[in-house]
This record gives sequence, structure tokens and C-alpha cells, in this order.
Amino acid sequence: MSQDHVRDEPDDVAVTSPATASPSSTTTSTTTPPNTSRRRFLQSAAAAATVGAAPQLHAQTQPAAPQPVSPPAPAAAPARPVTLQINGREYTLQLEPRVTLLDALREYAGLMGTKKGCDRGQCGACTVLADGRRINSCLTLAVMHEGEAITTVEGLAQNGALSPLQRAFIEHDAFQCGYCTPGQLCSATALLGEFAAGTVSTVSADVRRRPPQLSDDEIRERMSGNLCRCGAYANIVAAVRAVHGSADAGPAGNA
Amino acid sequence: MDAISYERATDLTGAVRSGQQPGASFIGGGTNLLDLMKGGVSRPVKLIDITHVGGELDTIATLPDGGLRVGALVRNSDAANHALVRERYPLLSQALLAGASAQLRNMATVGGNLMQRTRCSYFYDTAFAQCNKRQPGSGCAAREGFSRTHAILGASPQCIAVNPSDMSVALAALDAVVRVTGPSGERSIPIGEFHRLPGERPDLDTTLQFGELITAVDLPPSLYSSHAHYVKVRDRASYAFALVSVAAALQMDGHTVKSARIALGGVAHKPWRAHAAEQMLAGHPLTDTNVKNAAAAALRDAQPQRDNRFKIELAQHAIVRAVNQAAGLPGGVA
Repeated sequence: MSQDHVRDEPDDVAVTSPATASPSSTTTSTTTPPNTSRRRFLQSAAAAATVGAAPQLHAQTQPAAPQPVSPPAPAAAPARPVTLQINGREYTLQLEPRVTLLDALREYAGLMGTKKGCDRGQCGACTVLADGRRINSCLTLAVMHEGEAITTVEGLAQNGALSPLQRAFIEHDAFQCGYCTPGQLCSATALLGEFAAGTVSTVSADVRRRPPQLSDDEIRERMSGNLCRCGAYANIVAAVRAVHGSADAGPAGNA
Repeated sequence: MDAISYERATDLTGAVRSGQQPGASFIGGGTNLLDLMKGGVSRPVKLIDITHVGGELDTIATLPDGGLRVGALVRNSDAANHALVRERYPLLSQALLAGASAQLRNMATVGGNLMQRTRCSYFYDTAFAQCNKRQPGSGCAAREGFSRTHAILGASPQCIAVNPSDMSVALAALDAVVRVTGPSGERSIPIGEFHRLPGERPDLDTTLQFGELITAVDLPPSLYSSHAHYVKVRDRASYAFALVSVAAALQMDGHTVKSARIALGGVAHKPWRAHAAEQMLAGHPLTDTNVKNAAAAALRDAQPQRDNRFKIELAQHAIVRAVNQAAGLPGGVA
């Protein structure tokens, strides 16, 4: 499964790489490479700004600083190495058991693409794929996902080329502020695969039969776990419809 | 979230043993438990991860009597889309698909869905000191609060919360049996006896004993695959809990109802079987009058709170719609 998600990431990504992670490796992102996307630039800039104080990325090779808990928690488990496969790369992170997958991705692996919205499973901004299935990364513990292939928005593009859905989101103006977009993209990527596999939804006419087509109602229902405060829904539906209707569905349809 | 320790169980015996540790809680999909932990409502000190137990808990298989066993760890999305569930128990598929979002259904397990706690906002918000479910003996903020989403049937002075599950409403109509294993061995609990009414102990949602773990849900041989329908009424078209829901399942003999099963969600502390309505329908032609009378009977004992009187009429209309849809449009959706 993880083979499907192996990406040949350029080296500008602000991540520490896997087994060889060293404390200094978090600074590799400070070199701004040519051809940097706006997102990567902001991410790199943020990482550069915090080097030294480094409050954002908890040390990869040291236990996380103790956090105040009230009341004092009995028998708190210390951080321990947790190995996650993210976008085809292996990350060994020092995590307490209570660290959610979302926080592990953002604060420990440095992958800021996945967004924290409500942090309570109500908005979908944190949607990622685990073994190809879309989940809310805020309501699951990172330690529960050892051995699974995690795909975040950073892993949707292949060899530097945006996925068909990413291109369609741009083409159809399917976002305004963009905060929900990584979750929308991961969710829509899974949606196309789920529909191709013949799954039904609550708006399907008969759960015993495969829905004949991915109608706009089906898209809306299947995307209802992703809220957009800017209200770009009509254009999100258009983008999903366009990719589904094109022969260009490509790997997105199989994710 | 409070600090916790974590243990991954690899087999059922180990899971049950670990589950007996003080302060331990099983975790499956985690979609409700972690939410409650973030809010400080649930405070386990140790989580026993049962998602890698595997085996029967993770499978759906036919039973010798023609029924179906759905493992407790089967994800809601997988249960809803399983070929045998869709074909033989479309009511269960519909109910599962009416709940939550695609992401949450991919995470939530069948066993965890049965263990969902109420969405009463006063239970969820620890800023309200009064909640007999969260803190026995502290009172009930909901009774004097905004009670629009609360119970109209089976409530007690101690608690007016409702069970939030869609799946459990379908299971109630289908006469499912919950299989559990624990320190004293295995046992089977009919779905109607699995969830409790609040009474004097609203802190107890179910009749599970200490250390017991749900292993599966057994469905009896399907009698209602041709005539079943789930109606969910909510404040928005998707991704919201039910104000009222109805699972209706009929056996038809021409235009006459041979037998009926009706369960309501969003109205009580447990999925509410409408036995009186079922009996009024059975053996009679399915006329508008009969269905309306049955719906009225189902709500005869309703006792609304200040802000939810509307639920009585809403539930009656939902029953009428669910029964008619079940009779006329097999597997269909309104």
C-alpha cells in the first residue's frame, strides 16, 4: 500500500527525514529552493523564523517538554519513538501516547499542510488518508497508526505535478481563504475512489444498488464532512464533478 | 488532554485482561472517546487499543441460522457498504450512512457506535457543574436549560439526555443481539436491554459490566429486506445528529402488514421501540388512518420538556413517512 504513496519529494520540504533525523535536520528548510510554491515558501519562512527557539517543532530526538496537566495525571506515559509512514517517507517521532495524528503531522513531523480547524471532528480541515481511507486526524492518536501509510495534502502531487483534483480546485476557484482546502482535497481524493468502488451514501436511491452516477447531490453528501466557512461549496462540487467526469482522474481515483 | 498511558492489545484475551486495570478504557475508532477526553468529560488514565485484535472482531460473517454476525471492530463505513448488509439489512446500511461524515464512519467501529455517549451540551461542557451523567448527584443543567434536543420519552428527573446513535435505532428495529466478553466470560444481550433508561443512574448508559468488551452484533435472519426504511430529521441535510429518527421494517402480505418493527431515535436515553404502534399495524391493511393512529400511539406517553414539544408531532410525521416508504419503496430514500 505504501508503494502507492511513495513520492520523490524535493529536498525543500520542511521535514526531518526519518531514521537519520538529527536535531539540526529541522533547519534544512531554511534554504529556499528555486521554484518554491507560496505554501512552501510560507512554511519555510515559518520554520526559519523559529529556528533557535523552535517552539513549533518539538525536538525529534528528545522527549517533549512536560506540559501542565490539571489535575496531575497518574502514571503518565513518557514520549517514546513512534514510526509513521507519511507520504512515502518514514518518520520516527518522539511522541506521548496522547498526541493526536494531527499534532504529530504538524508539530512533530513539521508537515503544516494538514490544518487544525475545530480539533473535535466537526469541520474536516484535518482530513488525511490512512491506508487510502479518509479520516479526521484530530480524533485519533498517532501511536495507533504505526504501520499504516499516511497521505497528507503534501503527498497528493506526484513528482512536482499537482494531482488532477488540485488542478481542478485551481481551475474552478474552489477555495477562497484556503484553510479548509487541504482537507477538502484529501477528502475528495478518497471520495473518487470510494465511488469507483461502488459505495452508497445516504442520498443514494437504493442502498442495494450501486449509484448510477456521481450526481451533485452525491458529491455534496459525500463531502459533507468538510466545512468551508468561505462558502466555496458550489465550486468545490464543480471541481470534483470535473475530475470525476474526465479521463484524467488518474491516481486520485485510486487513492 | 490529560496525559495517558497506552497499550496495544493483540488478542481478545489480552484485551480483556488489560481492560480490568484501574482507570483503563478500551479505544476503537476513538471518534467519541478522544472528543470527550479533549473536553475533560472522560478521563481514562490508560487506553487499551483494541483495533489490532483482529480475527472475528474485524469480520462480517453469516451465522448458521441464516443471520449475520458483524464484528465489533468493523468500521461503520465497511458495515454500511458490506454486500450482505446492503442486500439483507438495508435498514442498517441506511442508518449507518445517515450518521456522521465519511471520515468519521471510516474511523468509528460498530462496537464504539453502541457505546456513543449523549450529545447533551450540558454533559459535554464541564463549565456546567450540574450533570448527573458526568458527576452523579450534581443535578441536571438541561432541565432548566435549553432542552430543544432532549428526551420526550423515558426521561427521569435526573437526566433528560438522548442517545445519539443512528445505527442503534436500526439495530433495535432488527432485534439485534450484542455479544460481549469479559472477566466472567461471554454473554449475549438483546439490543433492547443493552442501553438503559436514565432512572436514578444516568451515569450508566448501558448494562455492560465492569471490564466487558463488545465482540460482535448478531442480526437474526433477515425478514425485512424488502420493506425497510430509515428516516432522519435534523437541522441540516447532512452531518448532524437527529432531532428525531425512525427505523421502520415491515413484513407485507399484499397490502396487509404481517408484522412491523418501529424504533425511534433522538427521543429517549436509548433507542425507543414503539411496541404499541407495531401491534396496531400488524394484521391490518396499511391505510393512512391505521398508520396515523399507530404513530399517535407511539407518542402517547410522551412528556416534552419546555423547548421540545415539537418533537411529538415531528416524530409522528416521521413514523408515517418511514412506514409508508418502507411499504412502497423498498430500500428507497425519501
